[in-house]
Amino acid sequence: MDRNRNRLTRLPVRRLALAVAPALFLGFFFVYPLVRILQASLAPSGCLDLAAVAEVFTRGSLRQVVWFTLWQATVSTILTVVVALPAAWVFARFKFPGRDLLRAGLTIPFVLPTVVVGAAFLALLGPSGPLGVDLRRTIWAILIAHVFYNYAVIVRTVGGLWAHLDPRLEEASRTLGAGRVRTFCEVTLPLLSPALAAASSMVFLFTATSFGVVLILGGLSYATIEVEIWRQTTSFLNLAVAGALAVVQLVLVGGILWLYSRYQERVTVQQPLRAAADTARRPQTWRERAIVGGVIVFTGVFLGGPLLLLVERSLRTVGGYGFDHYRTLLQGGGGALVLSPYEALQNSLLYSLAATVISLVIGLLAAGVIARGRDLLSRGFDVLLMLPLGTSAVTIGLGFLIALDRPIDIRTSPILIPLAHSLVAIPFVVRSSVPVLRAVREQLREAARVLGASPLRVWREVDLPLVTRSVMVAGGFAFAISLGEFGATALIARPDTTTVPVAIYRLLSQPGRGSFGQAMALATILMIVTALSIVLIERVRVGEAGEF
Amino acid sequence: MWERQASSDDAGLERKSRTVSGSAINGQGGDVLEIEDLVVVLGELQVLNGLNLEVDDGQMVAVLGPSGSGKSTLLRVVAGLLAPRSGRVLWDGRDLAGVPTHRRGFGLMFQDFALFPHKNVAANVAFGLRMAGEEPAAVKQKVDEALGWVGLDGYQERPVTALSGGEQQRVALARALAPSPRLLMLDEPLGALDRVLRDRLLPELRDLLRARGMTGLYVTHDHDEAFSVADRLALIRDGKVVQVGPPGEVWARPAGAWAARFMGISNIFSAEVRGGFARLPWGTVRVASQEVGQRTLVMRPQGIDLLPPDVDASGEGLSADDRALARVVTSTFRGGRYAVTVVLTDGSELEAEVETNRGPTQGDLFEVQVDPEQVIILNDYG
Repeated sequence: MDRNRNRLTRLPVRRLALAVAPALFLGFFFVYPLVRILQASLAPSGCLDLAAVAEVFTRGSLRQVVWFTLWQATVSTILTVVVALPAAWVFARFKFPGRDLLRAGLTIPFVLPTVVVGAAFLALLGPSGPLGVDLRRTIWAILIAHVFYNYAVIVRTVGGLWAHLDPRLEEASRTLGAGRVRTFCEVTLPLLSPALAAASSMVFLFTATSFGVVLILGGLSYATIEVEIWRQTTSFLNLAVAGALAVVQLVLVGGILWLYSRYQERVTVQQPLRAAADTARRPQTWRERAIVGGVIVFTGVFLGGPLLLLVERSLRTVGGYGFDHYRTLLQGGGGALVLSPYEALQNSLLYSLAATVISLVIGLLAAGVIARGRDLLSRGFDVLLMLPLGTSAVTIGLGFLIALDRPIDIRTSPILIPLAHSLVAIPFVVRSSVPVLRAVREQLREAARVLGASPLRVWREVDLPLVTRSVMVAGGFAFAISLGEFGATALIARPDTTTVPVAIYRLLSQPGRGSFGQAMALATILMIVTALSIVLIERVRVGEAGEF
Repeated sequence: MWERQASSDDAGLERKSRTVSGSAINGQGGDVLEIEDLVVVLGELQVLNGLNLEVDDGQMVAVLGPSGSGKSTLLRVVAGLLAPRSGRVLWDGRDLAGVPTHRRGFGLMFQDFALFPHKNVAANVAFGLRMAGEEPAAVKQKVDEALGWVGLDGYQERPVTALSGGEQQRVALARALAPSPRLLMLDEPLGALDRVLRDRLLPELRDLLRARGMTGLYVTHDHDEAFSVADRLALIRDGKVVQVGPPGEVWARPAGAWAARFMGISNIFSAEVRGGFARLPWGTVRVASQEVGQRTLVMRPQGIDLLPPDVDASGEGLSADDRALARVVTSTFRGGRYAVTVVLTDGSELEAEVETNRGPTQGDLFEVQVDPEQVIILNDYG
């Protein structure tokens, strides 16, 4: 009896010990800065003072920012759904050569750093772009870039469900006398609504908190709340207003997430799903072939075009093509940059490695706490760790600037950058390791124990080898996220801690043909490194699926 | 306690030299597993309800019971994977309560094998040997040996995920056997396999366990399997041992109607027994007992014969009312024998096995004759 009770109390103690480091980390680097933001905006002088928040809604320019944020996100979401839905259908319902490869390629834009996408669209929509129209600093540039960015979200999320819908439901509707459009509206669309809701709320969130794209393509004419926080902080040093904007954005994001979870509870219909392989077929009629072909070509050109153009621009020189811009990257940056782009690249790699290590250690400890139980500790921790996902990167950076002056002032320390990056990456590490840790069957651990393995040995022989792959995947993601992170870094990077995305932004905002070419070259390098790490992740993943 | 009594009885039957009571044997030492008054509660559910069982050195005890009767839980407690609310597990007279799983030196073969997916066949089998600190050379030799026992020579380098169900079963068995556990527990070792494979592997498994003289617990819900492998058989229901004894004896004398029904006998009736006859709602049959009173009768299908109705089958001069007439409902040819289900005058059904070349057909009328030696009389009405 005693032993029994002992064991029951000992287990949570062990998990609590695991929880200490992640809890302290998040407490000090996430919760505490948020509290300081609230304090700075709601009670700058110690007692409650809503002047700063009120200013957001009363001052014309700030009200304009909130309004713009909401409507551009709405329009971007609708546009993305409309443009990407045909591709979702084609990828779900048809078999064609190269389908899997193309579907994997779709994801590349989504994982690219915002500055890379911004640079590519500057090249595309600039005065010397192939389209021949200058759309820079127009709303169109922002909207098109947002569609480009989130195309894969719709195709993969909505298409993922679409592939599993039973085609016989649509066939039944047709035999009952409904035309194609009627069938789509009355059968297909309602069945797809859970995925559509999930995907469009994701797109809405991404576009509402869009920073890099708007900053680069919108210039001074357009600003989302994110951009305005950055501007208020860096240009006007108005931390109270910046904090108030961050609070408004947090409420906004929380509201959307809340609405979405309410909706999803209501809409989730149990429906018989089919294996994706059973629902896809080769296009048969000429019409089908034309549609499928058209969608594939559009997808390829729309997603591949800007990126190819980026590469082309990085190679274009005064007299033709060459590696001149790449060569100049090695030299000092001149006016805009204290560091040479080459040094920025070194910085970026170093910070990314550090961020990867930090987020893996903290994320895996937290995942262990969450996966080993289904109690209050597990659920509470789960929520705490997802919170940084709902907090914008710029807010995290702002929090660091406001809060990390005391107890010790580390605002000037280079460690700040990997710390901020790991906050962004930790939710991904947790999300990708918890299911794997949970999937390690308790029976395997028991089998090892019966065969004489001590608890430590069980962890080493069973748990660790089984999660290694997913740890590598999580690490790869953390690395890629850190490498391209721009929002938080833009606020906290100092001249000597410049990263590649910040260097690209500085080069782009500097006049002159040379720095534009350099920006293109640096963006190309960043794109290739990011794409490589994603491709490596995908390969590890495929291996995993094959083995288990 | 009845089950205690039975267990010491059959210890006497099997080992003539040790005709002392069970506890006295254990007092003298030897590799004996004793399970005393085990109570296990999982959530709201009491899974084991004061279970008692003993396993002597070199004995394979089959634990037979329906699903949910607590069989697997019993193994988990013995393995130390689960702490009982009360009761004791003793090995060699020593309480195992403080001994963690990995120091017990017992083997457990899981129902769906629990092979490590990240290790190949050899590494799975080697695991227990490595944990025991064996030298690499000895590990390799013992792995090869164990794979030889289960007929998987040359499978060493294969990934376990590429094996068929039957092969996985063999690897799991080899993995459990390789470290030479003091006690081997098998949890439905053939349960994850299909019928055909099970019939093929059962004799192999039995011979292997016999040849190695394993002391062990073999959990199953299949009575054929239990009869085949067991030196002793423990029938459990709702977390308690209902009956324990040599398989032949348990089969011959089920402890109650439930036990009889669980072992596949469905001819169970309540009857008034007096003067060598039993009066049933559908007729009167002769019994080989002079007991008097209300009893439960269990009749083996083999002890029932069907005779043409015009013959006075009993030959005892019974009145027409006492004659048990029955009409055939189904008749299935089973190679030399017919399995026949008949419906009796009161509407209840009876199963018979008839040795005849000309099968009874549906609707035929017969008189039922019962072999008194094949009738079991029980005091229990369940």
